[in-house]
Amino acid sequence: MSFDHYRRNFLGGVLAAGGTAVLPGVLFYEIAHGRSPEEGVTSRNRWGLLIDSTQCAAGCDACVTACSTENGWAMKTGPQDPQWIRKVELTNRSTGQKHNLPLMCQHCEHPPCVDVCPTGASFKRADGIVLVDRHICIGCRYCMMACPYKARSLVHEDLRDTQLASVPRGKGCVESCTLCVQKIDAGDNTTACAEACKSEGHQAILFGDLNDPASEIARKLAQFSSREIRADLELNTGVRYQGI
Amino acid sequence: MGATLLAVFASLAAASDNDEERASRIPRPAEAKPLGDHCVEDTEYMKRNHMKLILHERTLTVHEGIRTKKYSLKNCIYCHATPTKENPAVRSVLGDGHFCQSCHAYNAVKVDCFECHSSKPSREAPLPLARPLSTSASDSLPQQASLNQKTAQATTQVGAAK
Repeated sequence: MSFDHYRRNFLGGVLAAGGTAVLPGVLFYEIAHGRSPEEGVTSRNRWGLLIDSTQCAAGCDACVTACSTENGWAMKTGPQDPQWIRKVELTNRSTGQKHNLPLMCQHCEHPPCVDVCPTGASFKRADGIVLVDRHICIGCRYCMMACPYKARSLVHEDLRDTQLASVPRGKGCVESCTLCVQKIDAGDNTTACAEACKSEGHQAILFGDLNDPASEIARKLAQFSSREIRADLELNTGVRYQGI
Repeated sequence: MGATLLAVFASLAAASDNDEERASRIPRPAEAKPLGDHCVEDTEYMKRNHMKLILHERTLTVHEGIRTKKYSLKNCIYCHATPTKENPAVRSVLGDGHFCQSCHAYNAVKVDCFECHSSKPSREAPLPLARPLSTSASDSLPQQASLNQKTAQATTQVGAAK
């Protein structure tokens, strides 16, 4: 091998190594800084939750309470009160085995609520969060009927200015889990339910970016088996469950 | 006929004499003093166009997650909310004498933002376009006792950070 050839190969190797080192650096920068307030959401991210029902404790409703506090909906007392997240206990009839899990909007890739909305109020944001634009919602409740997860509620009564500044809500509009969109837009990278579950020491709810292979949620989804609820509907939900 | 005309002129003259009294009987929007020195745009522009700014912003915020501070409703409320009679520590833009409601009542235009949005400033909202109101980075809701003092101290113009 001539000297020039050797040098060319050596330099090529150094540049290739440098390239791989820079690429993760750029990704880390993006994760660390998020997007600027002027930048809109993109489909580069897809936010979701991984819920480990084996870690979800019976009788614990920390996630429900935290959601209520973060988003300003009063805890459900009557059949018509709004409820964004609820605890469900499942029993296997043949074995008697019990599962606990929180159930909320599953943030489907192909959301039936968006399909049926006559006004376009029900929509999916580019980053996968399914929301209701209350400016456009007419309260027809088609989306509530279409949702296979019973995740949506209608606000039946005037809220009398009890709403939180970060979470506008109003009478005559349908609402559901927003994946704490106000926290995501603020760059918090977590949800109230996931934080509460973690602080309770259960760690049953993991929030993250399904599109980022380096995120904990994506790594866990790749490593362990998980399920969508009603996977037969092929909605490709953003909320996945382990242990059910 | 002459007497009637005279009476009419006399009453007109009396009316012009009492201009001030008459003006006081016309309901005027309350002068609810905001926190900053001036708004994100000129007052005249804001009077005619604030609704367009808010409408534009709402679509960008809800659908695209763009939450810029300049024309955000939260920021409007943060500056324009004034202490309520019931609890001076609580500020609002709704109610008699408060910024949004008094002007909308004067113009007979229904304001429906606050059927969903809170009329009270967010506890965590700072005043992003102005220098912080106090030297410590206080994010809490300004209390009435120190509100006037803080307002006097807020020398930075609200639109300065354009």
